[in-house]
Amino acid sequence: MKKLNGIKLKHRKHTQDCKTIDMPIPEKITLPMAMNMGAPCTPTVKKGDKVLVGDKIGDCSAEFSVPVHSGVSGEVTAVSDYIGANGKVCKAVEITSDGEQELAELRPPVITDKASLISAVRQSGLCGLGGAGFPTHIKLNPKTHVDTLIINGAECEPYITADYREMLENTEDVLEGIRLVKDMLEIKYAKIAVEANKPLAIEKFTEMAESDDTIDIVTLPSLYPQGAEKVIIYNSTGRIVQEGQLPSDVGVMVVNISTIAYIYRYIRTGMPLVTRRVTVDGNAVKLPQNVSAVIGTPVVDLLKFCNTRLDAVKKVISGGMMMGMCIPDVNMPITKTTNALLAFSRYDDRATSACIRCGRCVRACPIGLMPAEIERAYKVRNIEELKALKVTMCMNCGSCTYVCPANRKLAETNQLAKTLIPRN
Amino acid sequence: MNKLIVSPSPHDDNYLKTSEIMFSVCMAMLPALAMGCCMFGANALIVTLVCVGSCVLFEYLCRKLMKRDNTISDLSAVVTGMLLAMNLPPTIPLWVAVIGSFVAIVIVKQLFGGLGQNFANPAITARIVLMVSFPTYMTTWVKPFYWHDFDAVAGATPLAIPQGEPTPSYLDLFVGNVSGCIGETSALALTLGGIFLVMRKIINPAAPIAFIGTVGLLSFIAGIDPLYQILSGGLFLGAIFMATDYATTPITTSGKVIFGVGCGIITFVIRRFGSFPEGVSFSILLMNVLTPYIEQLTRTKVFGAKAKEADEE
Repeated sequence: MKKLNGIKLKHRKHTQDCKTIDMPIPEKITLPMAMNMGAPCTPTVKKGDKVLVGDKIGDCSAEFSVPVHSGVSGEVTAVSDYIGANGKVCKAVEITSDGEQELAELRPPVITDKASLISAVRQSGLCGLGGAGFPTHIKLNPKTHVDTLIINGAECEPYITADYREMLENTEDVLEGIRLVKDMLEIKYAKIAVEANKPLAIEKFTEMAESDDTIDIVTLPSLYPQGAEKVIIYNSTGRIVQEGQLPSDVGVMVVNISTIAYIYRYIRTGMPLVTRRVTVDGNAVKLPQNVSAVIGTPVVDLLKFCNTRLDAVKKVISGGMMMGMCIPDVNMPITKTTNALLAFSRYDDRATSACIRCGRCVRACPIGLMPAEIERAYKVRNIEELKALKVTMCMNCGSCTYVCPANRKLAETNQLAKTLIPRN
Repeated sequence: MNKLIVSPSPHDDNYLKTSEIMFSVCMAMLPALAMGCCMFGANALIVTLVCVGSCVLFEYLCRKLMKRDNTISDLSAVVTGMLLAMNLPPTIPLWVAVIGSFVAIVIVKQLFGGLGQNFANPAITARIVLMVSFPTYMTTWVKPFYWHDFDAVAGATPLAIPQGEPTPSYLDLFVGNVSGCIGETSALALTLGGIFLVMRKIINPAAPIAFIGTVGLLSFIAGIDPLYQILSGGLFLGAIFMATDYATTPITTSGKVIFGVGCGIITFVIRRFGSFPEGVSFSILLMNVLTPYIEQLTRTKVFGAKAKEADEE
């Protein structure tokens, strides 16, 4: 089997031994209607309405979309326009907590078959918790039959340990979630793929799933980006997802490890997705740790909770160092896909210099693109050449920019180049 | 609270910088240069200093005149200067060396757009220009350790020794105890530098191995002593430091192998059939010109990409 390229990163998993700590209930939460991929929701509440914990506050009739629920009890104090970190504009519902945390009437769903599982997962408001936020009920309903379920526990980004803590703290939930999904979707095998830098998790899974021959534990090499879908599929099954194909076309489904554990918890408790684990770290954070926070809590609350030197913070990243997005304002809320908040008191302001054609970007690219050539073609807007260089297959893992000695923003250029290619 | 910085991912900044790469290349050239200075004396050192100084100066002036940002701090001009010095005989008049620096930095590098944009290796091209412009200066050699009296003992490079006269031993060739350019004589010192660069992952050993291997193989087939051919002339210098130049050689490993083999064939043909005793510089220059075409033919295969889109239409 040909090895895919990968780069060694400094793991910086400072928080790996920090037990998840519950955040105090925030005074106010802001819930954007578009937190995941898919159509944004329409608020189902208006200013002045009372809501309870677990109440649905936004929904959408489109299939490719998930509803939004409140994580606090209290009063809706505003429904306004909101600009997300990615620049998308949507409505957002602001709820002021009454501190009671009164629960709505929650009934665990009854799951008997595939259809009931999928509708229950949609109602839970679940989307992929790993960062991209793909609606889980769509993923669980592929067009072709799937024989292998891959559980993505790579967590290859530096700093983040949110998934790792899930593996250690809720190992049982992960395995039960796998069994449930496997049974309901009639999937034969499951593989839990974990990067080699998490030996404790691998040990625990191996021990607990020993008796089950349908669940395999795969140890991935400690090379970034193991968690990328195509990479993890190839490294755990040897199957190649061709250009334009979906994982289900090669009989695989990849689900994040926290997502699968959440499915099981939802089936047991009926509590929609209103809290999540967030790794708070970075050199401006004095007390790096994993916290469990209500979705919609302002970023600044989490930073304060972890003793961040707020006056020194220059850059806040939602997600990982390699693929995360910068947050322009600390009063923005955390969303369903915020797996980490990294606050830094410095940033790289080194100027970009000329390409020396060293070829490091080509060697770093996990799928064998040639970023240096793409950049040249992009400069002259040579669309045919960009197509031949397969720029549309770039998954923006950032490895090329990371290794560039001239500090060229190659990953960014790839994204810009993609927009030049007409979709047909 | 500060205004927050917003920038595209990735946000990590842990990488090797251009100047660090260039610095490593300078370090790697030091053993060969030191060897040259030992063999040929202070003159070699002076030539080296003049080449480096003039290269940096030309780079500075050129960028200034073109109203571009200054790039001398990336150390690429220092590398060019050192490389040029290694390619010159120790007896070269200093004004000729300065002309070489001018050709390398101004004509070959900056006029084509500066670092990374030049299609030919600056030091190689400068050497060739000097060779055809000042053939006498460029082919006046001295024997090692006779540097106190240049006029007294003129030597011939191992490849230009007339038939019938004694040739140096393999050991002398390997260590560098022969006549030649300042930095080309000691295969040992050059190899040390090469190993250092390979270990630091700055160069890929594919091109040097292919280059040296091809020359050896072809010489063997033609019935010429392959070891003598490999160890003499500028083969190690060219293979390790110039056939691995980033800007003027292909990026992919397969491309580098093709480049190396091509250099090897041309070098052998010039040495065997040409009127010049040495063909390393010409071979590298010719392959530099072919690099864009080799590049086109040796693109990486993208993981999971469809073979050709034209098939569908």
